[in-house]
Amino acid sequence: MELKPLHIIGAMLIDGDTPRPGSLLVVDGRIAALDPAEIPDGTETVDAKGQWLAPGIIDLGVFATDKPAFHFGGITRAALMPDNGPLDGAGLVERAAKGGKPDLWVHPLAAATKGLEGRELAEIGLMKQAGARAIATGRSRIADSGVMRRVLSYAASLGLVTIIHAEDEGLTAGAVATDGEMATRLGLASAPAMAEAIAIARDLALVEETGAPVHFRQVTTARGLDLIRAAKAKGLPVLCGITPAHLLLSDTAIGDFRTFARLSPPLRSEDDRHACLAAIADGTIDVLASGHDPRGPEDKRLPFAEALPGMAGAETLLALGLGLVRDGHVSPGRLFELLAGTPACLLGVDAGSLAVGKEADLILVNDATPWQVDAKKMAAWAGNTPFDGMPVQGRATMMWKGGQRIR
Amino acid sequence: MTSAKTRPASDYPPGGDAFRHRHLIGIAQLTPWEISYVLDAAEEWVELNRSGAAKHDDRLAGLTIINAFFENSTRTLLSFEIAGKRLGADVVNMHAAQSSVKKGETLIDTAMTLNAMRADAMVIRHGSSGAVQLIAGKVDCPVLNAGDGRHEHPTQALLDALTIRRRKGKVEGLTIAICGDVLHSRVARSNILALTLLGNEVRIVAPPTLTPPAMERMHVTTFTDMDEGIRDADVVMMLRLQNERMDGAYLPSAREYHALYGLTPKRLEKAKPDAIVMHPGPMNRGVEIDSSVADDPVRSTITEQVEMGVAVRMACLDILTRRKRGVAGWN
Repeated sequence: MELKPLHIIGAMLIDGDTPRPGSLLVVDGRIAALDPAEIPDGTETVDAKGQWLAPGIIDLGVFATDKPAFHFGGITRAALMPDNGPLDGAGLVERAAKGGKPDLWVHPLAAATKGLEGRELAEIGLMKQAGARAIATGRSRIADSGVMRRVLSYAASLGLVTIIHAEDEGLTAGAVATDGEMATRLGLASAPAMAEAIAIARDLALVEETGAPVHFRQVTTARGLDLIRAAKAKGLPVLCGITPAHLLLSDTAIGDFRTFARLSPPLRSEDDRHACLAAIADGTIDVLASGHDPRGPEDKRLPFAEALPGMAGAETLLALGLGLVRDGHVSPGRLFELLAGTPACLLGVDAGSLAVGKEADLILVNDATPWQVDAKKMAAWAGNTPFDGMPVQGRATMMWKGGQRIR
Repeated sequence: MTSAKTRPASDYPPGGDAFRHRHLIGIAQLTPWEISYVLDAAEEWVELNRSGAAKHDDRLAGLTIINAFFENSTRTLLSFEIAGKRLGADVVNMHAAQSSVKKGETLIDTAMTLNAMRADAMVIRHGSSGAVQLIAGKVDCPVLNAGDGRHEHPTQALLDALTIRRRKGKVEGLTIAICGDVLHSRVARSNILALTLLGNEVRIVAPPTLTPPAMERMHVTTFTDMDEGIRDADVVMMLRLQNERMDGAYLPSAREYHALYGLTPKRLEKAKPDAIVMHPGPMNRGVEIDSSVADDPVRSTITEQVEMGVAVRMACLDILTRRKRGVAGWN
């Protein structure tokens, strides 16, 4: 199909720290120029009417290919966790990669070990050839340090980042909450918050030895973030991420046994939540992702400990991120580095910023539109959001994937 | 409340304002005067239950009470069954072992089924914390929590408070040591809430492996040394130690537990001379409690607790069905 050139005018471009007035030209699905002097014949013009023009969100680490939710949330690419399947073979990876095209690109994260069982190396090289952009340990970590060491060095030799879940399985066995007053009052099995720091410390030691690049998908505690901060100061190839839940909610949200707030890792104390906000402001946290994991009543309308962890986060990611901007934790430019720029680098995809030559994955954002999160009216195939009822501001109003209008 | 004598009705708000709950999910939702209201009501039933052969009051005649026990129980189930029958209700028991729960039906579906059978009250025990509250939100009748996971067991705390009040003449300003497996105990959680709320000094005596986190936030002091913990206590409340805790994961062995935390006559000397000894049952004699202590007629309240259990459950069933029965002032 022939793509007409596209000129988006009257926009506030997110190509630096603060939005600036400007226009952007797309030719052949790629960004051809910012504030172009000449416009080719037959160009379609879209007036952004002062809305933000930003790179499409690259959601790093989702558990389902849920296109309606991603499109609602301004997500043009999603890196799919390997847990469903699990994605531990080239065929499965190839199929998953085709799951959303053309209007949503899915980047499968290959299972680090066969069956995600943490014992034998999966065919990482073949999965890379099939389209895997990184490897991941899934919902849990690799318990065996020897296996983990081999995974890291093997993936690094193939130029792939290893995406890690950081919780010590011994300390967290059977736990569904973080140690604290709330877990004790509710009578829920809980684990100490430092189960995260212990896991991070081991893997940082392995990174130091192997030199392998890693990304801790979610770091949610003060002690864990201190370790990451120190590792970065040493120059280790370490990134870390978080979801809005751990920035905006603490374990008080599980009161009344609300299973929508049952997450993995579990919600933390208010002190840890503040440490996470500080870490996103000071640059320790590199990625903000939705952790999108829609779960229906069969998984959530259960007693708390029997419910499965996870939240439907794709639709609220942008609005909650804009909340961080409004509250002064991050600048608009930095928000889109967290949402798109850094994930693009990690996955090695040619998108994620408003730079000439990048793929034209673009969103228009009205940063002021007020709306209310409503678990019953979500685009996602399940409405398990811990933010149900929360008033938020800002949403994506138009989207392009590779220069093609998709919303 | 300074004596075992009940307060006059005029001390309480009129009608349904005296107990403003549709369900009894936990002690956490109750106020001190609501607890006191239930205890006073239970006193009446103690009298009836002791009054010779005819222990019947037919105020719940025609009502159906379903005891849905998703976790095995003998004494609590029996206690609720007797309580319901003494009030004249038709009582039906559902055991999980005989039910479709084993066939994979979800808890909510089971609850909806029971609801469709038009129960007038449900008494529910379940192995998962929060399960009873989940059911209460889906059914049309009052729900009484007979124990959910490690969360709450409110009627146990109420019967314990009643037992203490009758033995000590009050249930405030006392020093009460709760000893044993607090981590896994819903009895401990409900008792901590009730007894601190009523103004007692509550101590927790447990091995560190069986002490829940953040206990200071529950307004109790924690001890790992049993002798220290029960020193000068007015009440020593023992908890049942489940056998599976003694296999090495939480405790090295039963005999070591007995040596460090078992209530022996010698250890009991550390408490006040008139201290009472409580246990929710069933007991592991020779593990958490010595037989000579458990059977001491002066100090042990263990059989009295069972007796108070029936009275407290009668009071709860009566109070929670008043709306349904159209009792004046309860709408």
